[in-house]
Amino acid sequence: MPRVWKFGDQINTDDILPGKYAPFMVGEDRFHTFAFAHLRPGFAQEVRPGDILVFGRNAGLGSSREYAPEALKRLGVRAVIAKSYARIFFRNLVNLGIVPFESEEVVDALEDGDEVELDLETGVLVRGGERFALRPPPPFLLEALREGSLLDYYKKHGRFPGE
Amino acid sequence: MGMTLAEKILSRKAGREVRAGELLVVEVDQVMVVDSIAGSFFKRLEYLNATPRYPERVSIVIDHVAPAANLEVAKAQKEIREWGHKHGIRVFDVGRGVCHQVLVEEGLAQPGWVVVGSDSHSTTYGAVGAFGTGMGATDIALAAASGRTWLRVPESVKVVFRGRPPKGVTAKDAALEMVRLLTAEGATYMAVEIHLVDGAETLSRGERMTLANLTVEAGAKAGLVVPSGEILELYRVPDWLYPDPDARYVREVEIDLSTLTPRVSVPFYVDNVQEVAAVRGKRVDQVFIGTCTNGRIEDLRAAAEVLRGRRVAPGVRLLVIPASSQVLEEAARDGTLLTLLEAGATLGTPGCGPCMGRHMGVLAPGEVCVSTSNRNFRGRMGAPDAEIYLASPRVAAASAVAGYIATPEDLLPLEEAHA
Repeated sequence: MPRVWKFGDQINTDDILPGKYAPFMVGEDRFHTFAFAHLRPGFAQEVRPGDILVFGRNAGLGSSREYAPEALKRLGVRAVIAKSYARIFFRNLVNLGIVPFESEEVVDALEDGDEVELDLETGVLVRGGERFALRPPPPFLLEALREGSLLDYYKKHGRFPGE
Repeated sequence: MGMTLAEKILSRKAGREVRAGELLVVEVDQVMVVDSIAGSFFKRLEYLNATPRYPERVSIVIDHVAPAANLEVAKAQKEIREWGHKHGIRVFDVGRGVCHQVLVEEGLAQPGWVVVGSDSHSTTYGAVGAFGTGMGATDIALAAASGRTWLRVPESVKVVFRGRPPKGVTAKDAALEMVRLLTAEGATYMAVEIHLVDGAETLSRGERMTLANLTVEAGAKAGLVVPSGEILELYRVPDWLYPDPDARYVREVEIDLSTLTPRVSVPFYVDNVQEVAAVRGKRVDQVFIGTCTNGRIEDLRAAAEVLRGRRVAPGVRLLVIPASSQVLEEAARDGTLLTLLEAGATLGTPGCGPCMGRHMGVLAPGEVCVSTSNRNFRGRMGAPDAEIYLASPRVAAASAVAGYIATPEDLLPLEEAHA
């Protein structure tokens, strides 16, 4: 069952993937193995496909480096829940097809190591007997998500969603 | 109801009146790509089976790790040159300088333009009245392939800078004060619209770049400085490129420059801004003067003014990296460079260098750096427990001489220093 990895407020892109481990520094095939290398060593080795990341306020502030969320995607992360997001990080998540949910209440309720089920389209999250309702992704994102990512969408339709 | 500057620019692009909150697809005037994402950019274009729609609207700048620090980087940079040549794309190679400085110098950001860049500090283009915004590799690749990007028209926060700063107070101090007041998330998804009034309109293009640059540290999508002063002399500013007096803002903040004191941003968050007095005396191992925030000629001159006739304290490393080759040449021509070198500075190739800890000036565990850059996040410049304090070039230079965080006023007068 997918597990929750919980982090605090103001997690920046240097925390998610320190700049010195950018793909063009260490090679395309292994940059993701350095995700959270400073903040939570061992994360990249232990995280499993389908796991969910939980952040506090202003998640992903800092750099535009898309390889930070891309590292998470490579490790199999399909969704993030945060109290709020920094703009570029939010956009990068959407573009890569990682679903960014926003909820103060659910973030507060979830604990590190929780085992949960999350339906990415409806936003229904289940922990044991408890059920949480996350606001489902906006139509724009859902349209792109159904093709995989924004890139996949553009490739298939030759235009942006909603255009 | 009137329009903000962001609404004006995006309405012009859309060809109809648009308001905050609307989703749009707009044409972009310039797409800026940095070396560190070029590989991802190429891969995405290849996946789309696309080439840049308007090659003349794309620039690649080799600045984040320049010259190459290892074999992986060297291979990536070789690919940039070959790709640029093949597709007729402008490549600014090693040594030309930091992307934002270079684009402004080259006239590739103009009043009223939409410029998207693969670096978060692309808000800097707002200094000249361009809607500049940072994006990731996917957005940048799509912008190059289609000539367009999707945007949500942002709400705006109005920041008014009033009056003239006292001697020793700089645009960096003003920018840090703005980030303190807005906080790191206070302008998220918004445009920060900067008004310079009652004397503040004399701020130069470079000083406006410092202000617009740091708006992203308050979360901003764009940092637009309302054109005035030097900008009107340097650019053809269209008549429509001004906010309406009755435009609607989410919030208004005013900063009186005449009462401001030197500021420093304390680890590990940019909005953790204090007066220098609060951290005066903190031991320093390295001082870094440069970056897109403060690597311009006026910044180097401000540092030289403090360093003239003085020496960097024993055990302290002073790195100076001019923001561009033009800045370097100017500093060489007017003697600024010699003053810095005589004081004991180490000179780096124009580029981003140590700002994000990839090469040159990486910090060891426990070390403390005073930097003129824009981020003091944990681990950014090296060891996770190394500390970065963000300050103006004056404060940085004074700290290099003192060996601890200081302002130039804390230093011994030159006569006494040599007595």
